[in-house]
Amino acid sequence: MKTRNNDESAADRIWRFFASVRLSVVLLLTLAATSIIGTLIPQNADPAAYERKFGQPLYTIFEALNLFDMYRSWWFRLLLCLLIANLVVCSVRRLKSTWKTIFPKKPTYQTERFRKSSGRIQWQVEKAQPGDLKQTLEPYIRSRLGNVSVKNPESQGGVLIFGEKGRWTRLGVYAVHFSVLLLMTGALIGSIFGYEGQMNVPEGEARKQFSLTNTNQSKELDFEVRCDEFEVSHYPSGRPKDYRSDIAIVENGEVVRQHELRVNDPLTHRGVTMYQSTYGKTPGEKLTVVLTESATGDKHEKTISIGETIEMPGGKSELTIEDYSDSFAFRGHNIGPAFLARLVPESGRATPVLLPVEHPSFDRMRRGDYEISVKDVDFRYYTGLQIKQDPGVPVVYAGFLIMIIGCYITFFMSHRKMCVELQPEDTGTRISVAGISTRNRMGTKSAVKKLSRKIENLTSKT
Amino acid sequence: MPNSEFIISVTTFTYGLALVFYIAGWIFKKETPGRLGTTAMIAAGAGNTAGFFLRWAETYEMGYSYVPLSNLYESLVFFSLCIAVIYLFIEFKYKVRTIGIFASLCAFLSVAYASLPSMDSGIQPLIPALQSNWLIAHVITCFIGYAAFAIACGISIMYLGKSAAADPDTGTAGRIPDTETLDDLTHQMVTFGFLFLSIGIITGAIWAEQAWGRYWGWDPKETWSLVTWLIYATLLHARFMRGWTGKKIAVLSCVGFAAVLFTYFGVNLLPGLHSYL
Repeated sequence: MKTRNNDESAADRIWRFFASVRLSVVLLLTLAATSIIGTLIPQNADPAAYERKFGQPLYTIFEALNLFDMYRSWWFRLLLCLLIANLVVCSVRRLKSTWKTIFPKKPTYQTERFRKSSGRIQWQVEKAQPGDLKQTLEPYIRSRLGNVSVKNPESQGGVLIFGEKGRWTRLGVYAVHFSVLLLMTGALIGSIFGYEGQMNVPEGEARKQFSLTNTNQSKELDFEVRCDEFEVSHYPSGRPKDYRSDIAIVENGEVVRQHELRVNDPLTHRGVTMYQSTYGKTPGEKLTVVLTESATGDKHEKTISIGETIEMPGGKSELTIEDYSDSFAFRGHNIGPAFLARLVPESGRATPVLLPVEHPSFDRMRRGDYEISVKDVDFRYYTGLQIKQDPGVPVVYAGFLIMIIGCYITFFMSHRKMCVELQPEDTGTRISVAGISTRNRMGTKSAVKKLSRKIENLTSKT
Repeated sequence: MPNSEFIISVTTFTYGLALVFYIAGWIFKKETPGRLGTTAMIAAGAGNTAGFFLRWAETYEMGYSYVPLSNLYESLVFFSLCIAVIYLFIEFKYKVRTIGIFASLCAFLSVAYASLPSMDSGIQPLIPALQSNWLIAHVITCFIGYAAFAIACGISIMYLGKSAAADPDTGTAGRIPDTETLDDLTHQMVTFGFLFLSIGIITGAIWAEQAWGRYWGWDPKETWSLVTWLIYATLLHARFMRGWTGKKIAVLSCVGFAAVLFTYFGVNLLPGLHSYL
C-alpha cells in the first residue's frame, strides 16, 4: 500500500474513495434498503390521495424527498451513479493485476504454497527414480492441464511438475461488472431516445397517430397500422382466454407486413414495437336517436353521426352529438358506453345530455320537452395497442446474457494450479500431489484426489 | 386413479415423517432413524414429483394444458420439490444428514401451506398474460434459486447454533458438521442460488418486456427481487473481497432468505402486477 502523504492530489483521493470495497458494500445495502420505500408507498399516484393518506405535514416531507416518484429521484439516481463509479474504479484497478496473472511474461510457482495447501496427498513408490517417473507423468499432466512447467529444485535431484487450468476464468467477474454497465447504459438509452404511447385502431381502419403516455401529446408513426380483425375469446368460466388483433403494416398504401398480434407476442417494425394492450368498442358512423315527446309520447327517429347537429322537432332547439365514451362514470358508477350530446335552445343556455346506450330511459331524469335516447348503434371493436420504441433493449439483453455467463464462470469455474512433486528417497520416490485454486476448495480437493489416483495407476504400471 | 392433490397430501405427511426421523437421528445419535429420514425424504421427493406431473396431466384432461406453475398453490408444490432435490443432492455428495432437518422442515411447511383448506388449489386456465414460455423459465429458475437460499439459510442457522454452543465438539452440537464445512456449503448454496435468482429475474424481465412492453417497472415484486439480489450480492462481495466468513456470512445469508420470503409471500400484501402469484 502506498504511503499517504499530504500532497496527495484531489484526483487521487477521489480515486481511492471509489476504489474501496467497503463503499460497494455500503452502496449495495443502501440501495436495497431505500428500494423498499417505493414498494411501501405506491408510486406516482394522485397527490390528493397521498395527502389524505399521510396528512399534510408528512405529505410535505415525503414530497420534498421525492418519495412518491423515488426511483426517478435525484438521490436514487445519485446512488446508482456512485455504485457505477465504484464498480468501474474497482474493476479497472483490479484488472491491472489480474491481467498480469492471466498473461504472465513468465509463470511463477510458489512451491511453498502447494506444500502447505490442505488436501495434499503423498505416498511412496518403491524402486523408482524421480527422473523416470517424470518421463511417464509429464505427458499425462500436459494432456490434462495447460501451461505445464517442470523444475528441478537444487535439493537432491527432485522434480517439480506444475500445471494449471482456467486462468481466463479470472475474467468472469469483470464480465459480470461489465454486464451491469450494459444494463445501466441500455436503461439510459431507453430513457433518452425511447417513447411509449397508446393507439386505438378500430376494426377495418388504419392509424398513424398515437398519444404519448407521459405527456398525452400526439405523435405520428412512419407507417400506418391497420386492424383487419379483433377477436376476444373467453373460457367457459368467463375468464379471458385470448386477445388477438390481425394487423397489417401499411407503407405508402401497400401492406408490407401482417401479424396476429397477441398478448405475449408483440410485433416490432422499424424499431417500433406494438403490443396487444387493451380493446374496446367504438360506435360506427351512423346511429339513430329516438326523440320522445314528453307530453304526448310521440316518437321521432333521426339518423345522426358524431359531430353532427340536427334540428329538434318543432325547430326550437338543436341537438349535437359531441363525443362517445366506452365506459362512462356517472356519479362514480360505470354506466357503460354512452354518447355525450348538447342541446342548444334558440335562446337560453345549452344543456348537456348524457345518452347511455344500455339505459335508454336515462334521459327522462332531465325532464325536458323531449326524452332522448339512442338505438341501432353499430358497434365495432377497436384494438388498443401499446406503442413503444426503446433502442436500449438490445443493449440490456446483451447485458442479461453476459451477466448469466459471467456469473457462471465466476462461481463455477476456477483458476486451478496443480503441483506434482517427486522427491528421491532411500528406496524409491515420494510423490506428493497438491492443488490451489482461486475458489472452490472442495472441488480442488477432489481434483487432487482424482489426479493422484490416476498418477498411482500410471506409476504402478512402470 | 388418485388425483394430484391427494398425492400432495401424502407427500406432506411424508416430509413430516422425514423431519421426525432426521431429528431423531440427530438427537439419539443412531444410524437407523437417519437412514429412515433419507428414505422418507426420497419417497416424499418422488411423491412430490409425481404430484407435479400428475397435475400437469390434469390440466390436459381439463383442456387447459399448461405447466402447473401459475398460482400460489402450484408454486408451493414446486418450491418443496426444488428443496427436496437440491437437499438430497447435498446429502449424497457430502454425507451429512443434519441439514435434512431444515430441508425437510421447509419442504414440509411449503406443501402443508399448499394443503391448507383456505388455499385455492383449483385448476384455472391461464389468462393471456400468463401464456408464455418465458414465464415457465422464470418460475422454474426463481424457485430453484429460492430453494438454494432456503437450504443456505438452514446451514447458516446450524452454523450459528454450533458456534454459539458451549461445547461445540460433543453431544448434539458435535454431530453437526464442522464450521468450516458449513461455511463452505453456505457459500456454495448462495452462489448457486444467486446464479438462478439472476436468471430468474432476467427471464422475468424478458417476459415483462413481451407482455407489458417494459423489462423493468419497479413493481413491488420486481423491486423486492432486486432487494434480495442486492443482499446476496453484498454477501458475495464481502466474502470474496473483504474476506468475511463464518458468523457474518451466516447472518447475511439469513437476512437474504428473509428477503426471499418477503418477495415470495409478503409482496402479495402490497399492490402490483404480480397479484396472481
